[in-house]
Amino acid sequence: MAEVSLKQVKKSFGAAAVIHGIDLAIADGEFLVLVGPSGCGKSTLLRMVAGLEEATEGEISISGKVVTRLEPKDRDIAMVFQNYALYPHMSVYDNMAYGLRIRGLNKEEIDQRVKKAAESLQLAHLLDRKPRQLSGGQRQRVAMGRAIVRQPAVFLFDEPLSNLDAKLRVQMRIEIKRLQRSLGVTSIYVTHDQVEAMTLADRLVVMNAGKAEQIGTPMELYNHPATLFVAGFIGSPSMNFFPANAAGGTLELPGGQRWTLSRQVAAQGDVTMGIRPEHLTLAGANSPAGHAILPLYVELIEPLGAETLVHGRLEGGKAELTARVDGEAAPVKAGSTMRFAVDPRHLHLFDRTSGARLQ
Amino acid sequence: MRKVGFNNKLLPYILIAPQLAVTIVFFYWPASQAVWQSFLIQDAFGTATEFVWLENYETLFKDPSYFNALVVTVVFSTAVAALSLGVALLLAVQADKHIHGAGPYKTLLMWPYAVAPAVAGVLWLFMFQPSLGVLAKQLRGMGVDWNPLLNGTHAMILCIIAATWKQISYNFLFFLAGLQSIPKSLIEAAAIDGAGPTRRFWTVIFPLLSPTAFFLLVVNVVYVFFETFGIIDAVTHGGPAKATETLVFKVFQDGRLGGDLGGSAAQSVILMFMVIALTAIQFKYIERKVHY
Ligand SMILES: Nc1ncnc2c1ncn2[C@@H]1O[C@H](COP(=O)(O)OP(=O)(O)OP(=O)(O)O)[C@@H](O)[C@H]1O
Ligand SMILES: [Mg+2]
Repeated sequence: MAEVSLKQVKKSFGAAAVIHGIDLAIADGEFLVLVGPSGCGKSTLLRMVAGLEEATEGEISISGKVVTRLEPKDRDIAMVFQNYALYPHMSVYDNMAYGLRIRGLNKEEIDQRVKKAAESLQLAHLLDRKPRQLSGGQRQRVAMGRAIVRQPAVFLFDEPLSNLDAKLRVQMRIEIKRLQRSLGVTSIYVTHDQVEAMTLADRLVVMNAGKAEQIGTPMELYNHPATLFVAGFIGSPSMNFFPANAAGGTLELPGGQRWTLSRQVAAQGDVTMGIRPEHLTLAGANSPAGHAILPLYVELIEPLGAETLVHGRLEGGKAELTARVDGEAAPVKAGSTMRFAVDPRHLHLFDRTSGARLQ
Repeated sequence: MRKVGFNNKLLPYILIAPQLAVTIVFFYWPASQAVWQSFLIQDAFGTATEFVWLENYETLFKDPSYFNALVVTVVFSTAVAALSLGVALLLAVQADKHIHGAGPYKTLLMWPYAVAPAVAGVLWLFMFQPSLGVLAKQLRGMGVDWNPLLNGTHAMILCIIAATWKQISYNFLFFLAGLQSIPKSLIEAAAIDGAGPTRRFWTVIFPLLSPTAFFLLVVNVVYVFFETFGIIDAVTHGGPAKATETLVFKVFQDGRLGGDLGGSAAQSVILMFMVIALTAIQFKYIERKVHY
């Protein structure tokens, strides 16, 4: 049983506070993803769990044992680094066996574990090679193998796929998830790629400037982003935002359009409204009742095959909008005005100043 | 594909000509002079010169003082190379701990480490000065009759220390640069794999540093063989009783002072071949174990 828990963990480098008190409880076998923009402190948080960075305040425990002040080797963790950090002077075999030898396992046991890991990672024929003789993807797998053979309580990953090309990244992403599922090892995974985050995570933590903005399953975060930041970060292309004015049950859009909301909104005054591009559908003659209609002046279209991205402006206003429509749908032409329909259920409202979600 | 190259056949030769000239003037020419001289014997007044084939070499190999110089050189160079590399590595590892990721002013931080040995070298010599030196006094207080002017072993120790200190700064800078080029994540990976600091050093850091160490070994051996002449001349003049007379010092002693140009030239030639052989051996055997 390897749960990981963080209690009010803080970190400062000198006077600069980087992590401002993070609470997390990770269940045994869970795949937790830390996601956020560059510099938000993901790596720092992960490195504190690894013991490579000392927490300035707070408590970290693994499997019920407080490890805040322990050395990395006493924490029963394995880590996969962004640059893989393979020992360049050792063969693939020795790279994987290094940690086991230090732990004093006998030769047969080491050999068996390394061979087994190599088998499952398709590295069996590469065991005698040096890291420099491997491709990026193979190096990545060796780094994974080095983590697996140790049979640690927790896997830590710091952007392990960011040095791979797009296709390989998708392939390795699936491989990592499959491996984690079959081994059932508690994992913490850092990435700035929200697609990677959504696809891998049981739960994900969206971080922003050293704080956890929201913690939840990918679908929770997608459907109910707690803040403007999360709403903008999760989903691709990202959510459309524009200012609106709420009064009673009506919402006034920048173009002068008025919507009557079916659900009660407590908010009054200035709010920020959010609609995901995929929730804007081309309004036909018979749009379902209750759908709000947005007239969009189309400026640019990006056909992606299965779908088409439509970029435009809200008629009568400056607000920019992106819609994601079926690639086979009625032809959209740049320079024309088109009507889009939105199901009010897919409308997100946020406080203009605090950015908090309004129910 | 357009092939890029020299159209003018002469141009490549013109371009390497200066380098070639320097090599010829400063190496091949004196070297061949030395070889030629080593076959000659001049009389004491420099009036008559006789071609004697290998007689100079025969005399040399029968001369017990030549073998003394050989032994002295082996002891001296082994000690200096080992000490200067070892101490420089130790200092560099310490400095590296404090400097890692310290940013632009790390070069400044490095200076004291680099300069200290040179300053300290002078201090050491003062401190070991038999009549006035602080350390010399202390040694005597401990019952050691410290006197490098009379005691050959003491003189040798003094020369070794002086030659070593002079070389440490140089080795230090190279080791530090080598250490700094090792990615931090490698050390961290080893720490997570369970290796303590000592183990990390010997299994990860040192192997990655071995190209630097190998390069320095070659440089240091050449240094002790050829360039320590000045130090020995200043500190002990090869004495007492030839206890610190290395091969290179003997060349100078016999040639300039003893007037035995032929014998001195023969010694130079042997020395030259020794260094070539040593370097070749180092490249052949040690390089094979070096991890790049
Ligand atoms: N050793 C350090 N000394 C001082 N500041 C640091 C140190 N390490 C990180 N920081 C700062 O802490 C903040 C968070 O860094 P961190 O590496 O955790 O970001 P990140 O979220 O992993 O970003 P990225 O996605 O670019 O890897 C950054 O502002 C960074 O400058
Ligand atoms: Mg990072």
